[in-house]
Amino acid sequence: MDQVLRLRDVTKSFGQGDARIEVLRAVSLDLGAGQSLALTGESGSGKSTLLHICAGLEPADQGQVLIGGTDIARCDDVAAAALRRASIGLVFQHFNLIPSLNVAANLAFQARLARRHDAGFQADLAARLGIGHLLARYPEQLSGGQQQRVAIGRCLAVRPRLVLADEPTGNLDEATGDSVLDLMLELSAQAGAALLLVTHSPRLAARCDARAHLRAGRLGPGAT
Amino acid sequence: MNRAALGALLSHWARHPFQLAMLLMGLALATALWSGVQALNAEARAAYASAEELLADGGLARLEHPSGRMPDAEFGRLRRAGWMVSAVVEGRARLGQARVTLLGIEPLSAPAGGTGPALAQADLESFLSGTGFAHPQTLAEMGDNGLDLRPSGAVPVGMVLVDIAQAQDVLDMRGQITRLTLAPDQRKGLTPLAELAPDLTLIPPGEGADLAGLTDSFHLNLTAFGLLAFAVGLFIVHSAVGLAFEQRRGLFRSLRAMGVPLRNLCALLGAEMALFGLLAGALGLVLGYLMAALLLPDVALSLRGLYGAPVPGALQFNPVWAAAGLGMTLAGMAIAGGQALWRLAHLPLLAPAQPRAWAQASARARRAQAALAVALALAALGLAQWGGGLVAGFALLAAALLACALIMPVLLAGALALAGRAARGPVAQWFWADSRQNLPRLSLALMALLLALAANIGVGTMVSSFRATFIGWLDQRLVAEVNVIPRDPAEAARIRAFVAARGEAALPVQRVDATLAGQPAQIYAMKDHATFRDNWPMLDALPDLWDRLAAGKGVLINEQLAHRDGLGPGDVLTLPQLGAMPVLGVYPDYGNPLAQAVTGLDLFAANWPDAPVRQYALRSDAPQALIAALQDELGLSSGQITDQAAAKAMSLAIFERTFLITGALNLLTLSVAALALFAALMTLSGMRLVQLAPLWALGLTPRALAGLEALRALVLAAMTMIFALPVGLMLAQLLLAVINVQAFGWRLPMQLFPADWARLAAGAWLAVALAVALPAWRLWRDGPRDLLKVFAHER
Ligand SMILES: Nc1ncnc2c1ncn2[C@@H]1O[C@H](COP(=O)(O)OP(=O)(O)O)[C@@H](O)[C@H]1O
Ligand SMILES: [Mg+2]
Repeated sequence: MDQVLRLRDVTKSFGQGDARIEVLRAVSLDLGAGQSLALTGESGSGKSTLLHICAGLEPADQGQVLIGGTDIARCDDVAAAALRRASIGLVFQHFNLIPSLNVAANLAFQARLARRHDAGFQADLAARLGIGHLLARYPEQLSGGQQQRVAIGRCLAVRPRLVLADEPTGNLDEATGDSVLDLMLELSAQAGAALLLVTHSPRLAARCDARAHLRAGRLGPGAT
Repeated sequence: MNRAALGALLSHWARHPFQLAMLLMGLALATALWSGVQALNAEARAAYASAEELLADGGLARLEHPSGRMPDAEFGRLRRAGWMVSAVVEGRARLGQARVTLLGIEPLSAPAGGTGPALAQADLESFLSGTGFAHPQTLAEMGDNGLDLRPSGAVPVGMVLVDIAQAQDVLDMRGQITRLTLAPDQRKGLTPLAELAPDLTLIPPGEGADLAGLTDSFHLNLTAFGLLAFAVGLFIVHSAVGLAFEQRRGLFRSLRAMGVPLRNLCALLGAEMALFGLLAGALGLVLGYLMAALLLPDVALSLRGLYGAPVPGALQFNPVWAAAGLGMTLAGMAIAGGQALWRLAHLPLLAPAQPRAWAQASARARRAQAALAVALALAALGLAQWGGGLVAGFALLAAALLACALIMPVLLAGALALAGRAARGPVAQWFWADSRQNLPRLSLALMALLLALAANIGVGTMVSSFRATFIGWLDQRLVAEVNVIPRDPAEAARIRAFVAARGEAALPVQRVDATLAGQPAQIYAMKDHATFRDNWPMLDALPDLWDRLAAGKGVLINEQLAHRDGLGPGDVLTLPQLGAMPVLGVYPDYGNPLAQAVTGLDLFAANWPDAPVRQYALRSDAPQALIAALQDELGLSSGQITDQAAAKAMSLAIFERTFLITGALNLLTLSVAALALFAALMTLSGMRLVQLAPLWALGLTPRALAGLEALRALVLAAMTMIFALPVGLMLAQLLLAVINVQAFGWRLPMQLFPADWARLAAGAWLAVALAVALPAWRLWRDGPRDLLKVFAHER
């Protein structure tokens, strides 16, 4: 199968001397197109750090981070940004949207950055995410669930090869969270994108194709 | 990609137009203050230059007689001996409604290159038969003046250019001239001037009392206040730019997460700031121009009153100061934005989402700031110890003020920590801790407030100290009840006889122009009289000074001369004609740009018998009766007579006008600082919601929160004011004891005016209260709704 994300022996630590903490110790992982992987772990175990390294937002100390064959850990900032723009969709727990732009502009934003804006595709996405009637609103006028739907729409509108989501439903109620996640799984599978989903919830993790658990800086099999 | 990203960056401002307005306004006002002052200086300098060009005088050597005039036969004698000289008559005269400088030239012999001779030679016949030239503005000021004058923009305002014979007529100098100018190229092998005219002094080109030199200190002072205002503006811009960056931290993170490289982000932000700098700079130039046009008439009047400098009352647009003003604005923006960009580029990419990294960077910046403050303070101490000259004085001032501004946040943080430790209730503890946490975001605005307040206190104290000293000094100097100006020597003799017959005293004012210790100076005669013995203020004197002065055994000198040449009582000064004379005493001579020496009347009369009596100071027990008698019996016109009250009023008016500009700049600076605080508080009020929401949830009412927010700003402002007092007094001390001495040559005792401080504090508090009111009111009104949103969205 076509490998989208391939991590080889990635290590990462923060701080120096006594204050030094090793967050990731030789983490390796493979993720193919259309696949989804749930990453679980205790708070502070390094899930977000791993995600940031995959996105080139944080440098790895050692190891390879291959995105479709390109090692993003070896890229300079411009190249990493270009890769991110064209191939990666990121969804954080909150603060995903640009507060000064309305929903329509937010949805189109990354696609326009990547020169891949497709009005028809975006309208279709908005309809499927149930936010078609909110296009003129500003983020502060939306509920948390609506905001996360817009964030997902924005990240899928660019047709990324890899979707990285860091507890995207962490501050939504269960029912809303489930429906948002359903959409995310369904849409990214349809687009053939690989999905790496960080979550606390075993229930949500169970809906992914595969699971992994981060403990003491090492990746182990997730609960099934 | 860049278009989309720039659109996102700019959309922030579209959603927050008020913040944009504040940012642009702070920048525009800073530019306005700076460029307005520059415009004033440029205008005055242009006027001096055109005055010099009139005769192309600055580049020529001159021959002068120590008495200030010479017979016009000298002109013919030197011409016949082969010297290329030209005669000039110059003097002050009342023409129509205005006092002007009358300049008489001899157009046939005048060296080429001056705009004056060129004007005359264009229609030589009518010039020689009495047609002169004056600036249209001068013509309007004079009104009907009895001369045949044509308008010409080439003649500086306040000057009238005529043929030499006409000038001699008007100035009552028939047969006399003021000086001779030497053409640059002279024939070889002539009899040397020292042999031909031993009693004439040769003054090399560019020396002597030129206006640009005399007024330098005045302009330097103005420039310094302009810089001070600009520094306040800079803090404001810094504050606004810093907040604009901090507010958009989340946006920066999103942009980077979506694949905008850091380099592009920085370039876009740089472009954004350059755009704002240009916009606000242009607006500031317009405002600065308006401000300068408003102030110029006063500046012109005080420059004319103090130095007789011809400065027009109307402002011309000059591209040089416009460019300079804009350059300063862009530089200020670059400094402010550069720091913010550096932080953006050097913090870990995800710093926006990691408050700890941000806080650590802030703490580092705070330590660097404190270190810089200490370094500046040390530099100031060094300058105070070893520095000399006016530039070092201003450098000392700048270093000391900046050190104070930079150290203030550290002191405020300490004070807040102490207060927090003393606090008992939980709300009080939160109040102090939270104030401390938010200090970095307000500290730049508070620094601007500190500088503005300190400038107000310092400059206010200087002006008030000066005024108090000056008024006391005027009372001592202007003791004569009546002053009269004789029209000619015959009338002078009649006045002397008339007053003596009434049993009243007539004290002659006689002087010659001279060069003392290389400086342009005047030597005055002083009659031995109780008026001087009892009243004349002295700073330092030998015993028996009045007897020795009357006996011709020494001279008095003014403080300016004493300071510039390090002279004191007992030292020896060389005077023209008189040779070496002991200095008997030093007297204060405020407002006079020239060096001055005083000799006894007998000694003066023996050496300069031709010096005319310019004025008589008359002592009388019944001044009004004396004035009436002078008019009725001697036929003097009222224009020749001034009574004491009028003389004092005139001196004071010049004084007040001189400091009007500083007062106006002070007020503007303070308003700008208050505006900056307002902008910072408004910007912060949105970011504060997250911090306030938990307190609301814990049971504090929005009303109480709004009150606490207002209280916090007022407490910080009050602390700033308390700190501003010693800083302001230090500034005053520097201005009085360093800057004034270097710039003008006089030192003034500092006096304290607590009532002024109270007024300033009340005004500043009112301004801060107004700045606080709107954000607090909004919190009160919209509090519940906005705070709820925080929880609803987990912002
Ligand atoms: N920039 C940083 N500097 C220092 N320590 C950090 C930084 N970022 C994360 N950490 C530390 O790394 C560990 C893992 O953090 P994170 O990846 O955010 O955990 P998770 O997302 O699993 O809760 C934590 O102990 C955190 O404190
Ligand atoms: Mg996390």
